[in-house]
Amino acid sequence: MIEIAAVSKRFRADAWAVRDVTLAINTGELVCVLGESGSGKTTLVKMINRLIDADEGTITVDGTDIRSTDAVALRRTIGYAIQNVGLLPHLTIAENVAMVPRLLGWDSTKTQPRVTELLALVDLADTRDRYPDQLSGGQRQRIGLARALAAKPKLLLLDEPFGALDPITRTALQGELRKIHDALGLTTVMVTHDLVEALTLADRIAVMYRSELRQFATPAELVAKPADVYVAKLMGMAKHQVDELARVTQAHD
Amino acid sequence: MTELMRGAAPLLASHLWLVIVALFVACAISVPLAIVVADRPRLAFPVVTVAGLIQTIPGLALLALMVAVIAGTHGFGLGISAFGFPPAVIALTLYAILPILRNAVTGLRGVDPAVVEAARGMGMTRGQLMRWVQLPLAAPVIAAGIRTATVWTVGAATLATPVGQSCLGNYIFAGLQTRNWNMLIAGVIAAAGLAIVLDLILGAIEHALAKRKSPWPAIGALTGVIVLGLAILPRLGGANETTTVAARREVASSITKVRIGAKTYTEQYILVEVLKQRLQAAGIAVEVVESLGSTVVFDSLVGGQIDAYVDYSGTLWTTQLKRESGTPRWRVLVELEAWLADRGVRSLGPLGFENAYAIVVSRATANRLHATKINDLAGPSTSLAMGGDYEWFSRGEWTSVRDTYGLHFARTATFDPSLLYDAVAKGEIDAIAGFSSDGRIAANDLVTLDDPRSALPPYDAMILLSPRVANDPNVACALAPLRGAINVDLMRRANLMVDRATDKQSPAAAATWLLTEAHVQPGCH
Repeated sequence: MIEIAAVSKRFRADAWAVRDVTLAINTGELVCVLGESGSGKTTLVKMINRLIDADEGTITVDGTDIRSTDAVALRRTIGYAIQNVGLLPHLTIAENVAMVPRLLGWDSTKTQPRVTELLALVDLADTRDRYPDQLSGGQRQRIGLARALAAKPKLLLLDEPFGALDPITRTALQGELRKIHDALGLTTVMVTHDLVEALTLADRIAVMYRSELRQFATPAELVAKPADVYVAKLMGMAKHQVDELARVTQAHD
Repeated sequence: MTELMRGAAPLLASHLWLVIVALFVACAISVPLAIVVADRPRLAFPVVTVAGLIQTIPGLALLALMVAVIAGTHGFGLGISAFGFPPAVIALTLYAILPILRNAVTGLRGVDPAVVEAARGMGMTRGQLMRWVQLPLAAPVIAAGIRTATVWTVGAATLATPVGQSCLGNYIFAGLQTRNWNMLIAGVIAAAGLAIVLDLILGAIEHALAKRKSPWPAIGALTGVIVLGLAILPRLGGANETTTVAARREVASSITKVRIGAKTYTEQYILVEVLKQRLQAAGIAVEVVESLGSTVVFDSLVGGQIDAYVDYSGTLWTTQLKRESGTPRWRVLVELEAWLADRGVRSLGPLGFENAYAIVVSRATANRLHATKINDLAGPSTSLAMGGDYEWFSRGEWTSVRDTYGLHFARTATFDPSLLYDAVAKGEIDAIAGFSSDGRIAANDLVTLDDPRSALPPYDAMILLSPRVANDPNVACALAPLRGAINVDLMRRANLMVDRATDKQSPAAAATWLLTEAHVQPGCH
């Protein structure tokens, strides 16, 4: 569905943000782009909805080169949610969720039932007429997700959506995301720096390190056959954490 | 006091109008400019810096500068008047740009980057982003900037009086010059009241925007105040009787309305009333433009923005003709009349008194130095202090007196003309450049020093008429009888009636007294 071919991006002449990345994401997959800060993972994902344009290489979505489409029109067909959510503080929750349909020119007989449906989906039906600053961080993030889904996109891009949440809320939302992803048959690309989140949530993981794609594989493959020293070290870290957790919990039993 | 309040109403209305137009134009310039430069730091820096530089120009100087700029460019090539409303409104607009621009840039830049990114990610165009996200979120900060600009503009607008725009400054300037403290305070209170009312309403708008409540009730209140103010205030003034008189005589003369001007001191306020009473008696409607700057007033006459005022031969001789002192009195008048005629201006001849610059000292100083002539100050001047009005030390007469008599004062100080005589009488300053027709010379027992070498030019008061009314028989017959009718003693006594601290008279009352004492027959004959 999404084919990224030999894509590179430089913000300054002497430094690559993304260097020669090639990967293909299948329809219906939930892919995590995993990496440290500065690894190029956010740049890579923002190139898919053209918030950033690639310098070299091509990106196609469903066979269409995205450079041949209007960037604004493209973005309206792709769901997008970010860590700080970015709800419009001067609009109500319902108005926020209805924003992309409004941009697409839906009439309100179509938009209003959709808003109701989405608020029910994220279990926040009663927040309809409230303003974003009256909601908790977790509630805001769920509204961000509802907003991203409002115009029924097939593709969902998420940039560290759960990064600022406490562990309990975060785990709950991960579960909800997986359910929504499966129920709506979405293709989801999610940026994260959280190893455990990527391993537990993703169908496949793209590991970015120093602007390059080091490996693109299922969690099991990454653990079993790491492609290079960095990926091996990263997976070793995961095993180490699991061992530590086991030791701590056993000591208590 | 009711008279004062009636007089203040139309001034308040034109003050309000001036402020509203200036702010409206300033918003129309600043907000779009801020939208363009907000996310372009390389453009924003020079733009905000230039706006900041304009702000550092003192208000009065900026207004005076606008007169020069408009006059020098012939009204920007459009024939816009260099007098009154245009220079005032342009200067005030320039003044109001900075606070609005700076707040708008700050407000637009202060919008949460996450909100902007999310909005772009949803597929908003640049225009939608500005209209639906950035401008609404920056609105409280922009409103705060407009509020700041409003309070500044209400204050700065009082300085529009000397360029010929009537406003509350008329009361403040005239009140200060004639030491009419009630008038001064009325002007100050009205200006402060206007600033407070506008500030409160704009504060309510800002608050509503910040709290995401509807700003429309407050905007409605603002519109109401402005519309009511502009509609009702001018009717409260008592200016209509003259127009009715004029209507009766309309058939007799082609000129039915005359604008007369006055500079910024007591004698001018009285003389403008003298002209006004004479013209009204002849059935001509009169509009008075008070407190004009000394060079603005002559330019306005030539340009036809005013039709008549009283000037002094020596002032025109030195500032307009740029001629030296030392020319005999009769010759100044003859050459001046010819020079004026070239410009289409008609002189009705001298009124009969001089208001010359004179070097004045206190009785005590005169006795101590045995001084009767300016020559007597030459030696002691190195330990004396000299005072003058705003213009004195930059005028040719000062250089002329200084060089002719070899004066080297230890210190010079500039005073408002209304405070000069007090300063020398109380010994705060040793000598002043006073005015020979000022009643406060005698009242304070001051001594005028002789000028045996004629270093100071003659200053015959004379009525000047603009090209428009120069040949109008009614205007001429109303004013010509004043020629030679007012001697210096009468003028001094009239000046003192207005200037003295007790039993003060209004300039209008002094003018009536003057016309009676001078035996000028009422009406045209």
